Amino acid sequence: MKVTGAQALFKALEGEGVDVVFGIPGGAILPAYDPLLDSSVRHILNRHEQGAGHAAEGYAWATGKVGVCMATSGPGGCNLVTALADAKMDSVPVVAITGQVPTPVVGNDAFQEADITGITMPVTKHNFLVTEAAAVAETIREAFHIARTGRPGPVLVDIPKDVLLQEATWSWPEHVDLPGYKPTTKGNLKQVREAVRLIMEAERPVLYVGGGVIKAEATKELFDLATEGRLPVVTTLMARGSFPDTHELALGMPGMHGGYTAVTSMQRADLLVALGSRFDDRVTGQLASFAPHAKIVHADIDPAEIGKNRAADVPIVGDAKDIIAKMVAELRVRQEEAGGPPDRSAWLSTLRGWQAKYPYQYDQPEDGPLKPQFAIQRLYELTKGDAIVVAGVGQHQMWASQFWKFTEPRTWVNSGGLGTMGFAVPAALGAKTGRPDRRVVAIDGDGCFQMTAQELATSTMEKIPFVTAIINNAYLGMVRQWQELFYKERYSQVYLSHDTPDYVKLAEAYGAVGLRAEHPDEVDAVIEKALSVEDRSVVIDFRCDPKEMCFPMVAAGTSNDDIILGPGGVRPTEDPAEAPIA
Amino acid sequence: MTLHTMSVLVEDKPGVLTRVAGLFAARGFNIDSLAVGPTEEPGLSRMTIVVNVEKKPLEQVTKQLNRLINVIKVLEHESGDAVERELALIKVRADGDSRARVLEICEVFRVRVLDVTHKTLTIEGTGTPDKLEALTELLSDFGIVELARTGRVALARGDRGIRERVQRRLAAGAEDAGEWTGGGV
Repeated sequence: MKVTGAQALFKALEGEGVDVVFGIPGGAILPAYDPLLDSSVRHILNRHEQGAGHAAEGYAWATGKVGVCMATSGPGGCNLVTALADAKMDSVPVVAITGQVPTPVVGNDAFQEADITGITMPVTKHNFLVTEAAAVAETIREAFHIARTGRPGPVLVDIPKDVLLQEATWSWPEHVDLPGYKPTTKGNLKQVREAVRLIMEAERPVLYVGGGVIKAEATKELFDLATEGRLPVVTTLMARGSFPDTHELALGMPGMHGGYTAVTSMQRADLLVALGSRFDDRVTGQLASFAPHAKIVHADIDPAEIGKNRAADVPIVGDAKDIIAKMVAELRVRQEEAGGPPDRSAWLSTLRGWQAKYPYQYDQPEDGPLKPQFAIQRLYELTKGDAIVVAGVGQHQMWASQFWKFTEPRTWVNSGGLGTMGFAVPAALGAKTGRPDRRVVAIDGDGCFQMTAQELATSTMEKIPFVTAIINNAYLGMVRQWQELFYKERYSQVYLSHDTPDYVKLAEAYGAVGLRAEHPDEVDAVIEKALSVEDRSVVIDFRCDPKEMCFPMVAAGTSNDDIILGPGGVRPTEDPAEAPIA
Repeated sequence: MTLHTMSVLVEDKPGVLTRVAGLFAARGFNIDSLAVGPTEEPGLSRMTIVVNVEKKPLEQVTKQLNRLINVIKVLEHESGDAVERELALIKVRADGDSRARVLEICEVFRVRVLDVTHKTLTIEGTGTPDKLEALTELLSDFGIVELARTGRVALARGDRGIRERVQRRLAAGAEDAGEWTGGGV
């Protein structure tokens, strides 16, 4: 059967099980938009390519499937770059398809030409320039294989216009043949045994769980490991929801704005079992003083992560699901022999004591001003936590992670590694597209919201409704916080204003419902109203206290032991490094 | 900082050199020399890269190289475990009295003269990088007009090819070290 490159593209996407593509057409990609009309693939017309990219990411976060975005050559591809870099940092499986100027003029500075494979080389897991129609199907197959296997990531496929128009014989490759790409998935049993030996010996163990556990669909195995071994769990920003926050062994989020217990548990641990996490600087604080007493078991599918920041005593390369399942099996045998898990009641009761003494805190005065944490907490309580939560980047993101109790994987979507402001609205659009059965709530900042708010138009036109709660504190709040703390309150270029734009009117202009709460009294009614709307998107303008800061905080470059609990540099009553173990 | 020689077996595809070079550039490592050419197997190229860098960051780059989809195999040559050669073409001033002295040096170094003019000799020198350093140093007394070097190429000693070799260090924790070829993550 003869098909054009463009037809082959959609047949290949269908072959990969793609049900939705986020994109914007343009000159060079035009031929691909014609067979789209005859395809089972749904196309969502975004309002900016960055939005298409983040929507593909949100879709992938929420479903575990590969998100797909499409753009034209030149500016189209360039506008995808931020989303691709974001997906690379957070290991999100995304395939981006871009049009390219026709082969004969590639390299000629043709209209809307950009060397997009060159530009995206450092921000993709891999990329391809397709040079003949006969290679389209094979390349798409390889792209999906690379994006979703091993350590997932973004893959870009650039297809020149003449290749899209060219005819070739259709053939769908049965197998992918990539001689240089063979991710190690099976964890070495000898290493697993050694890891479990350390767990059995440990008096103060902590499971340091990262996003890899969610990507590997290993949350059940994690639950078994933690509960059967009586092992406390910290879940990084990328791993929120991998272990239920409501469980007694859950210590919550570690890191720069993590909870005291999560941060200090790692500092005092004698064993860290890192599962799909990467010792990121936001978690470790000053590396030299991070978890000084801990031996390290480091399991990751990416060998380049192991030993990158912290040397591992027991490195295990492989897929988290396989490794944790093997750990559980081995642990059962060892605990059976030992007559149960080692007695770590002193450690667990110390942790419980810290949790009681140093919870996340804020003070909501009855007569205002409205505190952002209060708005988020009420949102959690009134939704009963039954939502997929999407966040942008900044204070609101940290508060959302702190005050929402996640109980299942893929209900938390955010930009972790790259810290991309403007992520939330398009990612919420993507998450809702992938999970139409779930309520999607974006918790966004006023600065973030203004970067990508135009995707509300996409939401209205494509009938993909979600709630956006803007934590409107009139500032680029996190930058303001740093200027207050570290630049002697010399505020430089951080003021946005509470009322420009008028978020209610803006929401209405986009066909969404706009609501506002300025006072703590109004919060519940506004949230209830928002949750009652099901046929279109809702934007809530929570006009919050601009002065509220995000705590706890480990200032950049300082030790986790120097954790600050509140305004004015409030410190724990005992030095975390010395705090007694009960 | 020390010089490290690594052999990188790659698929012969457009952009592969950029990907490999980009990894070094992104970390601010300066590549001392780089030689690329076809191998015994069609579709595969071999790069020999010499880089001046500390051991620890180099390990990270090696792992990153393994992550590249088009990279089949990375082998770092420990000093002494590989035979290394380089070729240099040297155009040196050699008129009057100096000609005989230049030819004498060529004789000692067992290098060939490829081109002769009234004023210059063009010499082909092959050998270890040390030998070529010594040769150029001596010839520089007469005035080197221009110089081109291929960069180092290397093969590990012993009876095995690069594809049969496994770097145990990289395979740490992998189920079967034998599977760890090229990796890719």
